[in-house]
Amino acid sequence: MDPFLLEALVNGILLGGVFALPALGLNLVFGVVDVVWLCYAELVMVGMYAVWFLYTQLGWPLWLAFAACLPVVSLLGLLLHLLVVRPLLTAPPINQVLATGGVLFLLQGAMTLIFRTDFRSLGVDMPPMEVGEIFVSGTKLAAFCAALVGAALLWAFLKFTYVGTAIRAIARDREVMPLMGVDPQRIYLIASAVGGALAGLAACLLVVQLDVHPFVGLSFGPITFMICVMGGLGNMLGGFLAAFIMGIIVSVGGFWGTTEFSYVVAFGFFIVTIFARPRGLFAR
Amino acid sequence: MSAALELSGIHAGYGDFQALFGIGLRVEPGEAVGVVGPNGAGKTTLLRVISGLIRPTAGSLRFGGQDLAATPAHLLPSLGIAHVPENRRLFPHLTVEENLKVGAFSPSARAHFAERRDRVYDLFPRMKQRRHQLAGTMSGGEQQMCAIGRALMCAPRILLLDEPSAGLAPIVVQQVFDLVRRIREEGLTVLIVEQNVAQVLRVVDRAYVLETGRVAAEGRSAELVADPVIRRSYLGGH
Repeated sequence: MDPFLLEALVNGILLGGVFALPALGLNLVFGVVDVVWLCYAELVMVGMYAVWFLYTQLGWPLWLAFAACLPVVSLLGLLLHLLVVRPLLTAPPINQVLATGGVLFLLQGAMTLIFRTDFRSLGVDMPPMEVGEIFVSGTKLAAFCAALVGAALLWAFLKFTYVGTAIRAIARDREVMPLMGVDPQRIYLIASAVGGALAGLAACLLVVQLDVHPFVGLSFGPITFMICVMGGLGNMLGGFLAAFIMGIIVSVGGFWGTTEFSYVVAFGFFIVTIFARPRGLFAR
Repeated sequence: MSAALELSGIHAGYGDFQALFGIGLRVEPGEAVGVVGPNGAGKTTLLRVISGLIRPTAGSLRFGGQDLAATPAHLLPSLGIAHVPENRRLFPHLTVEENLKVGAFSPSARAHFAERRDRVYDLFPRMKQRRHQLAGTMSGGEQQMCAIGRALMCAPRILLLDEPSAGLAPIVVQQVFDLVRRIREEGLTVLIVEQNVAQVLRVVDRAYVLETGRVAAEGRSAELVADPVIRRSYLGGH
């Protein structure tokens, strides 16, 4: 195989791992609360600013800035639920989408006011590694591994804990949950906090690869939504697999053409998928 | 000794629609009581009021002498009220054991999970065989066992059963009523709503007949079976 194509393929898988985290977070919140957080990529963006600010402006060690980013964005997820989503739980879906869409612009505007529109870079990079005939970015490989660890932790949480099992149950039948001794409102809060923490982890992995600016969410937000819809909204495993499909399409598409072209291919593939399988690639 | 469950003057409904008009009902500890009546009589609504899913608009609801009017529904399982809802409402994509785990969600139940699960498996050995099977892939009778097992995970003092025989083949209906009999023998108080009047009157000590949200008749099972009106209306009697 052409080593450059192989490299594009490997990069696509690495990229898929990073796409997987926000897709999992978005699916988790949607599956449990039944509300789409349209501003999800902007939560990631705020997390990226948090890491950048703590590391470059306050001089914190990078690991500590990462460790702080998770609870910060998790808290943001909680606030989003309490202040915006909870009052609209019984409202029509369009109101919920408009409200979380409003938060998207609010966060973009707030970050523009505080940090202006400059591109901010952490300025950290790990040396590339030579594997066989190809070069793999150390940063991307580390981000990929961290994303897999995050996804595995989420899986273990959902599979083995009482709260995780209740989360999987509530996604199917919320009305019956009080009979199990489960307060749905509490599960919504927990899912929102975990969804926020996943956005925080995604922020840590993206901030080492992308410069931060208030509109950086546009570079991975739309593709995250496509991944979720392709995998079937609320279907965690479907979203996880779709993230890798999209990562490979974007990366290999960019190998044959330009990055812009690769997004055209990705969106084209998405549209065809939605026509062929409206409930997602992995719908049963 | 106070009644296990005591309702008086319960009014309840959904929005503008009133389903129950001043229901009074008593269940003594260790007793099995049936609620029968035609479709739309308010039987399911009655159980939903007792398990807190619907708040009564008037009347009082006492459990073991304690007033439940202001207790949120999700706290009732740990007080000892377990409700097996209509159509079972299992989580079909979770395994049998995971369904039992959700049933043991209350902090007080989690500490006893292994011990109670083993008791459910003793009671329903079939569930032990199928512990890792997805609940949705089991037969109707097995799903009913799993739903009852899930309700038993909170170690209830009273078990509310809503139409346990609905949608099951006649032979399986027989098995489900045998199950209810066995649960009774364990000393559990049972309140059971059924359309299958002939069957349920063989299992319960007493029954209430509900018609359009009111108690139309009540009595010991033997009396109700002998009552000509009940025979004609519900037992296809002669």
